[in-house]
Amino acid sequence: MPKAFQRPQALTDKAFHYCPGCTHGIIHRLVAEAIDQLGMRTKTVGICPVGCAVFAYDYFNCDMIQAAHGRALAVATGVKRVLPDRLVFTYQGDGDLAAIGTAETVHAAARGEKITAIYVNNAVYGMTGGQMAPTTLLGQKTTTTPLGRERETAGFPLRVAEMLSTVEGAVYVSRVSVHSPRHVRQAGRAIRKAFEIQLRGLGFSLVEVLSICPTNWGLNSLEALKWLEKEMLPVYPLGELRAPAEEDAG
Amino acid sequence: MPKVLMKGNEAFGEGAIRAGCRCTFAYPITPQSELTHFLARRLPEIGGVFVQAESEVSAINMVYGAAAAGARVLTSTSSPGISLMQEGLSYIAGARLPCVVVNVMRGGPGLGNIAPAQGDYWQAVKGGGHGDYRLIVLAPASVPEIIALMELAFDLADKYRNPVMVVGDGVLGQMMEPVELESGEIRTAPEKPWATTGQGDRPQRNVINSLHIVPEDNERFNLDQAAVFAEIRRREQRSEEYRTEDAELVLMAFGTVARVAKAAVDRARARGIRAGLIRPITLWPFPDESVRRAAAQAQQFLVVEMNLGQMLEDVRLSVNGKRPVHFYGRPGGTVPTVREILDEVSRIMG
Amino acid sequence: MMLVEILIAGFGGQGIISTGQLLAYAGMRAGLHVAWIPSYGPEMRGGTANCGVTLSDTEIGSPLVTEPGVLIAMNQPSFDKYAGTVVPRGVILYNSSLAKDSHGRRDVLMVGVDANRIAEELGNVQVAANVVLGAYLGLSGVISVSAAVEALEDVLPPHRHRLIPANRAALERGAAFGVSCREGGSAVG
Repeated sequence: MPKAFQRPQALTDKAFHYCPGCTHGIIHRLVAEAIDQLGMRTKTVGICPVGCAVFAYDYFNCDMIQAAHGRALAVATGVKRVLPDRLVFTYQGDGDLAAIGTAETVHAAARGEKITAIYVNNAVYGMTGGQMAPTTLLGQKTTTTPLGRERETAGFPLRVAEMLSTVEGAVYVSRVSVHSPRHVRQAGRAIRKAFEIQLRGLGFSLVEVLSICPTNWGLNSLEALKWLEKEMLPVYPLGELRAPAEEDAG
Repeated sequence: MPKVLMKGNEAFGEGAIRAGCRCTFAYPITPQSELTHFLARRLPEIGGVFVQAESEVSAINMVYGAAAAGARVLTSTSSPGISLMQEGLSYIAGARLPCVVVNVMRGGPGLGNIAPAQGDYWQAVKGGGHGDYRLIVLAPASVPEIIALMELAFDLADKYRNPVMVVGDGVLGQMMEPVELESGEIRTAPEKPWATTGQGDRPQRNVINSLHIVPEDNERFNLDQAAVFAEIRRREQRSEEYRTEDAELVLMAFGTVARVAKAAVDRARARGIRAGLIRPITLWPFPDESVRRAAAQAQQFLVVEMNLGQMLEDVRLSVNGKRPVHFYGRPGGTVPTVREILDEVSRIMG
Repeated sequence: MMLVEILIAGFGGQGIISTGQLLAYAGMRAGLHVAWIPSYGPEMRGGTANCGVTLSDTEIGSPLVTEPGVLIAMNQPSFDKYAGTVVPRGVILYNSSLAKDSHGRRDVLMVGVDANRIAEELGNVQVAANVVLGAYLGLSGVISVSAAVEALEDVLPPHRHRLIPANRAALERGAAFGVSCREGGSAVG
């Protein structure tokens, strides 16, 4: 009898270290499934960030590089320019991609590097202890905004997908979420589409994945999923912000 | 092959190409810009890659990626750019990746100026980035030697899986000298079974990483690296000795200043002063064996640098108190003249 | 031992850089050690250009020319700036079409060359610097003029080889003048 469900080949057997309820594991699985579906596992090089996903090299069952904080897209550029036929992706959080690595992000997109950024936005710094992220919502309490993020002193949440959708080299920019099974399926399709666009050599692609952090949000998992839906979606609306015309996308 | 006049900055690029480097990531900065102009033109002609990065921070991390993918890869900058690259260099060293970094040094600190200087000696040989690591540091003193040492740099980088820095200065970068380009073979990188190229037919996937979260694991990594560094110290010291056989006074200088010092040695000899010169070619590993040998006979040492006395410390460590070690330096982007060095020699030997 | 340090200075666009390289190539063809170094960076801005050329029969130490034995000054600012740096018993050749001897040094050989006029006679004012270089070679004999003529094809890229005849004429006219100065002492031509 054929198996209906199994671990993707592009994931190792190692158990995730993520906190209970965290959606990193779901996003890892979606990336791995997309790699499997494209038959690219042995031709993929992944670059992992500094942040909660720092150990992603233990989980993705393909060649992996661990990068300095924020530099994953520069590292990915180096890899892809040497190995143009490989599938090259980065897996980065909001601190890595949208704070310390903003320059690398914008310019990898501007150059139209044929790489894919999987950008996990959970509106908070997880690994370092729940500090404000560039994506933290106004009023959201974090360990460095104990009274809630105030625009006067801490500024506004950064919408990376919208920003990059103005960049010509970024041919595919999509924001998805994983707060319900339907959204998980949509997210998987977006990641696969981004990879396909990379392999067709069309340019830079980024999939922003809204994710939850029950630990640092101080909520249980169900509450966190609801909080994402209620609080994050209005600020970070879902959808394809930029995609190649159908004839180009094939 | 006939001789051609070549600019030092172009020679860095020519040497890299002859070493089989097909991949350069860099951000423009004076006084090394001709190097990037040269490679931006030449590399695409031979199927290579030149990318102008958005910053030196990004350039060194592109180097990290290309080195992880198994390429012979170069970046080039000048002093302030090297400061920006320190994080990346530490990661590259920590991940045991081979690459070559050129520093055409200029006057500092801060924005300083674009004149020739050697104020980055400490930064190059003592670290600069965080953690226990070493760069192999080569210091050519002529345009032909730039080409030769660039080829050596890539070989050493691959041999020891360690970043190599080649330091010049504004004079070396800007000057033209005759070079004879042998039609010799272009080198190729050795097999790199550790590279992250996609698993392909390998039984195991590869991971490039500098994270060892368990302290004892990280200690083991550091101790393994210490053994590599000890081997480099043992095997790779290089220096040029000039008229040291009977020298009472040994001058020590590297790069551009060594040329001036060599002329000063000749002039001192003409005045009856038995002077000689040791020119370190490897700044790390420092050629302490030749210094120790010289110290057995020479009465005094004079270190001449375009800084406030940086290599001076390594000379003093090598001489280990056996002889007086004097210093003459011009910091901030100025170059000592033959006459100034001669005055110092006369003062010491007077 | 022979060691000559030559500073060539003028406006950007006067061919200062390539005249210096021509001298270096000619020296190389004549079997000498040579080094060439330009001024660079902010010093390049503002329209002035200079380069140093060192010729020697032994290995060259510093390629920087700070106390030139020979100055070729192609305009007045260059003359004013560098005439005082020339070593005693050195030589100053200046473009008398654009500069006059504002310094009055008696301890150097001072030679004015009406280089722009000669170059215009040859149909190309761009070759004025090579007229003065020719004068220096004729005067000093440090390298033969024919070595410099041969070196033109080293310096000029192939698509500019049509300029070789004018440059050759400039070198030769300058050299003839330089030889006459050697016989007649300090002169303005």
